[in-house]
Amino acid sequence: MISLTINGEPRQFAKPLNCSDLLQELKLGGKRVAIERNGEIVPRSRFPEQALADGDKLEIVVAVGGG
Amino acid sequence: MKPHENLDPLVIAGKSYSSRLLVGTGKYKDFAETRAAVEASGTQIVTVAIRRTNIGQNPNEPSLLEAIPPSKYTLLPNTAGCYTADDAVRTLRLARELLDGHDLVKLEVLGDPKTLFPNVVQTLSAAETLVKDGFKVMVYTSDDPIIARQLEDIGCVAIMPLASLIGSGMGILNPWNLQIIIENAKVPVLVDAGVGTASDAAIAMELGCDGILMNTAIAVAKNPVLMASAMKKAVEAGREAFLAGRMPKKLYSAAPSSPATGLITPAPK
Repeated sequence: MISLTINGEPRQFAKPLNCSDLLQELKLGGKRVAIERNGEIVPRSRFPEQALADGDKLEIVVAVGGG
Repeated sequence: MKPHENLDPLVIAGKSYSSRLLVGTGKYKDFAETRAAVEASGTQIVTVAIRRTNIGQNPNEPSLLEAIPPSKYTLLPNTAGCYTADDAVRTLRLARELLDGHDLVKLEVLGDPKTLFPNVVQTLSAAETLVKDGFKVMVYTSDDPIIARQLEDIGCVAIMPLASLIGSGMGILNPWNLQIIIENAKVPVLVDAGVGTASDAAIAMELGCDGILMNTAIAVAKNPVLMASAMKKAVEAGREAFLAGRMPKKLYSAAPSSPATGLITPAPK
């Protein structure tokens, strides 16, 4: 079991996972998002390799309407 | 100069744009309306905000980038809602990754949720970090000519003073400060915030602004698509009037445009 904080919300996952797995779990697979892990940008090309660790703080963002 | 916009491009960070109107994508009823208004405005540069995504609560949420594809428009990610330099820098680093390395950004660091006035101290700090990090920074600021010059010295690619408060629609409240900023800047100056209707846009362009960024004036109009079209024309008209050079204002020495002689009745003495 690993615990992550995603966009300020605590979430638990049964198995270790990488960024791509996480996006699938969150039903965000295939969407254009950017991820910050513990204050560092995770390049989108590295989502399949970037393993997540217990206690990681993640921000997952998208583009929305704004001025 | 011929009245043809492509002969008079807006050049930002070495790239030419034929439209001098930049528009935001907030406050529309839905993405269909956003897209229709953006198309009617003739814009090439469209601002977007960067926000936390839903994390599974709403998997079928439509995406703005499907309505406003990056292949068709230059997207300008903003830092709206950021109150510190650190937050603004983090937001734009995420935006750059989100948009495949796209580095043209709009920096705004706010000072106060009531007025949305910029915090110029934090703005200067964020601009320094971003320019060093390779971003091309278009920066929202107050209409203070000294701050504008400092932002230019840091290396910002466009200076974007407010004409009045964000979302206020109060128009061009201090044309004199804008004029000083325009006269001294060597990078494009765009009015960002405060335009309420087409005449405001024309006034800003007649002052010599290089362009205008607006959102609320279009999105909150009763008919946003029609207002987008009006703004396109106002920006073009204002630009042409600026280039044409207006006639001097004269209190007296009224001069008729028609011949003063040959009247059937002589003019009074």
